[in-house]
Amino acid sequence: MEYFLSEEQKMICELARRIAEEKIKPVREHYDETEEFPWPIVEELAKVDLCGVYIPEEYGGTGGGVFELCLAVEELCKIDGGIALVLAATALSAFPIMLFGNDEQKKKYLPDIAAGKKLAAFALTEPSAGSDASAIQTTAKKEGDSYILNGTKCFITNGGEAQIYIVITMTDKAKGSRGASAFIVEKDTRGFSFGKKEKKMGIRGSATRELIFNECKVPKENLLGREGQGFIIALRTFDVSRPGVAAQALGIASGALDDAINYSRERVQFGQSISSFQAIQHLLADMATEVEAARALIYATARMIDKDPKVRVTKEAAMCKLLASDVAMKVTTDAVQIYGGYGYMREYPVEKRMRDAKITQIYEGTNQIMRNEIALALIKEAARKKK
Amino acid sequence: MNFIVCIKQVPGTTEIKIDPKTNTLIREGVESIVNPFDTYAIEESLRLKERIGGKVTVISMGPPQAESVLREALSMGCDEAILLTDRAFAGSDTLATSYTLACGIRKIGEFGLVICGKQAIDGDTAQVGPGIAEKLGIPAITYVKKIEEINETRIRVERMMEEGYEVIETGLPALITVVKEINEPRLPSLKGMVRAKKAEIHMWNASDIACEKSKIGQAGSPTIVNKIFTPLPRKGGEIILGDPEEQAQKLVEKLRQAKVV
Amino acid sequence: MGIKIVEDKCTGCSLCVKACPFGLIKIVSREEVGKPHPKYKKIAVIGEGCNLCGACLEPCSLEAILIEREEEKPRVDISQYKGVWVFAEQKKGEIQGVAYELLGEGRKLADQLGEKLSCVLLGEGMDGAAKELIACGVDRVYQIEGAILKNFQDDPYTDVLTDLIQKEKPEIVLMGATVIGRSFASRVAARLGTGLTADCTELAIDPNTRQLLQTRPAFGGNIMATITTPYNRPQMATVRHKVFKKAVKQGNRRGEVIKENVEGKKLSLRAKLLDMVQDLTQTVNLADADIIVSGGRGLGGPENFHIIEELARTLGGAVGASRAAVDAGWMPYSHQVGQTGRTVCPKIYIACGISGAIQHLVGMQSSDIIVAINKDPNAPIFKVATYGIEGDLFQVVPALTKRLKEVLG
Repeated sequence: MEYFLSEEQKMICELARRIAEEKIKPVREHYDETEEFPWPIVEELAKVDLCGVYIPEEYGGTGGGVFELCLAVEELCKIDGGIALVLAATALSAFPIMLFGNDEQKKKYLPDIAAGKKLAAFALTEPSAGSDASAIQTTAKKEGDSYILNGTKCFITNGGEAQIYIVITMTDKAKGSRGASAFIVEKDTRGFSFGKKEKKMGIRGSATRELIFNECKVPKENLLGREGQGFIIALRTFDVSRPGVAAQALGIASGALDDAINYSRERVQFGQSISSFQAIQHLLADMATEVEAARALIYATARMIDKDPKVRVTKEAAMCKLLASDVAMKVTTDAVQIYGGYGYMREYPVEKRMRDAKITQIYEGTNQIMRNEIALALIKEAARKKK
Repeated sequence: MNFIVCIKQVPGTTEIKIDPKTNTLIREGVESIVNPFDTYAIEESLRLKERIGGKVTVISMGPPQAESVLREALSMGCDEAILLTDRAFAGSDTLATSYTLACGIRKIGEFGLVICGKQAIDGDTAQVGPGIAEKLGIPAITYVKKIEEINETRIRVERMMEEGYEVIETGLPALITVVKEINEPRLPSLKGMVRAKKAEIHMWNASDIACEKSKIGQAGSPTIVNKIFTPLPRKGGEIILGDPEEQAQKLVEKLRQAKVV
Repeated sequence: MGIKIVEDKCTGCSLCVKACPFGLIKIVSREEVGKPHPKYKKIAVIGEGCNLCGACLEPCSLEAILIEREEEKPRVDISQYKGVWVFAEQKKGEIQGVAYELLGEGRKLADQLGEKLSCVLLGEGMDGAAKELIACGVDRVYQIEGAILKNFQDDPYTDVLTDLIQKEKPEIVLMGATVIGRSFASRVAARLGTGLTADCTELAIDPNTRQLLQTRPAFGGNIMATITTPYNRPQMATVRHKVFKKAVKQGNRRGEVIKENVEGKKLSLRAKLLDMVQDLTQTVNLADADIIVSGGRGLGGPENFHIIEELARTLGGAVGASRAAVDAGWMPYSHQVGQTGRTVCPKIYIACGISGAIQHLVGMQSSDIIVAINKDPNAPIFKVATYGIEGDLFQVVPALTKRLKEVLG
């Protein structure tokens, strides 16, 4: 399939592919087993300038956008869906700085992220606030020249390893959804500590931790945007970051599909390779079609965002995340099926992909929430047309 | 310091097979690549530049399509690239190649160190490195596996031998050929690739490099290829069957019969 | 001059296309390139970058490809050059095995030419060694003595040998393709402006032209090329260890030793040899071993190499490894056998868990007996193995070790 990539985009794919094949593939089982944080991979990504692939040149990046990020994430996830989060989850946190940060904040934080010197994390979710984001209870109280943060965030990707955290807090409960604010909090700030590292089903090459704020004093310069913009920042961020999650799911699915095709050609049963059985062929055909469809939707959405950053893409972003993650779950399950008994064994690479795929249906907005958003957007559009 | 790296474009012969019917070489979808040993040379030059500062110029002798390997070198971080290309260079053996590259290097100007890969995987001669050094009148140290010290005037290296290594020191300018043990070549960076794509590769032909016509190409090649043939393939022998103990027993019997054990 | 397609002979059969290692030959319509033919519609076209390797000549049964050379005159007076020389490489005063092998071959060549066989020996305190060489059938030894020549150093050795060659004018100079030999020969050949062929596997004298026919592998051993140096002298060649058989020592040979001392002579010495460090991981030198047991990817990990080492120890052999095992870090590079490692020629080569990719075969396929142990019956190694054992190496290798221990006592 021709994707009409530019020369530079092709280079990004090639570099990400080489890192994935040469640096990640030999160690992916190790990180899945030990759940260690893959700092060596961060270094490799930094060396080839991929950490800044979505960051403007003036801040040390290579000047690409969401599309370039998606291309890199997709290639990396074809080999491992968890290790690539060092890039994808950092981007999730860098986007709000790029979209809402002032010059000082951009100059202070983006160059280190682009150079791979620092990782970032986005902290919204709390034990009692998942899909119901407005139920967050972490507070930030203004006191003189700082804000005092109190509360707990949970399930934060890159938590504990990242240096830079975007934390969504309630600054004015009375104002409801207009009462939240976003802060940039640096690791090692007094009052900011981490809880346990979670033991996960999949994406075990990434770190997921609790963040604990106890009278954590943050300078007022670290307020992102204005007070009250917290949820708007979160939603706008998700609009541009969801294609990235979708790209992660796409990469996982794509890698599983390739493995399944190759395996089906090698595996011989009843005197022939199983790829000659219609049952397998139909599975593969469906898998491949779904993967291409997901890819087309992601690429189209990413291109839309990059062409005009002002356009609202809530519906499209939700669609590509929804589709790609559901496709990933189905394709990886089918891939395990094609591998048969071997697919269930940890020695073979497919069961890991299935474990990795599941989270894409849950985080950055569950697929149920995605459906809500899409429906609401459709109805709004229709209502507007009626007028 | 000015570093000069000599590289070569070679066929990626990882999948070369012999066609049993015609008994000739089958080249299945083979692309051209940078000679693997040369990537170690490029990497070492970049490390030296990072260590003591300077500039890395990469040079190659080949047909116009060889510019792709020069661009790869640029994307890894080399500063300038030169391609010596001319129909008159075709048919060069190692002597003519050494001479031509030496003329090209002289034209580049002053340099401290020339770095080459141990050998090219198509010719496998390992002759061009020392040949260039001889033509330039500089010392050569081959099979370098580590550069211990380097400054403006001297270099000290570890040279791999069959049963260990030697420590050799020499004055600069000099030439070294490097082996795989010396480093781990870096991947090109995105910024490097973009820069390399736009970069200008200097193309020099025979008249650009002040060389004597009688010393280049076929005329300058004392060796000529008389004949090319495919060797008779070695045939397989017998398969020993049985369970492991039986197989071991039968094999030992055969080895004793052959009087090798 | 160069390469050309003989237009009236080429039928466009395309056999040459696949043979070109650089993929430069294309078959095009004759009409398109303006070379019509009454019978054939297509013709071969050779693209830019052809380096005249000649690989396309063999498949063309119609002789429709020609490589032409300009009429050349000899660069030197060839008739002045006589004799076969062998460089006797010495380390720590001991003559290296490869030199003895070259003497054996050198004697044959000298006899065919009706010339003398001489040896060039550089070192310090080499009187005994010189006598050894005479006993091996050498007619004359040039023994050059000097403290500066005690260990091989590029500059003084190159100065001495090139001076000697220019003075004595040998027809042929042979050297071992060792680390020293390969750099040394390149330097000397470049200084003399003469031809050098590396890693020859066969040497012969052309009965018509008296030229040295130097045959060597190319493209990883898939192709053999026979090379000559028609217009320059001396004809130089390097030969790998264990390709030829050693010369036999005969007690009653006579020959002359021409001894010379370089003290007081001005020899260049730009490099300083500071230290020589032995590699202690190898107990049996891979290059010299008569028996080699090699392990490959099938071993699965470094911890399993001990079964290979056990078998090697029982047989009194050396341990080798395939590139896969070395790249994975299971064995050091000094044990690597193959295109980018060592070429070995032992009496027995036992390949365990090695698939037999062409790059490995190139390094060991001239072994007398090859034993392959692999659980994959389709592994290419079985095609060249004298004895093949299809089985689990983790069972077969220990069983072999056990049986050998019983039999050898």
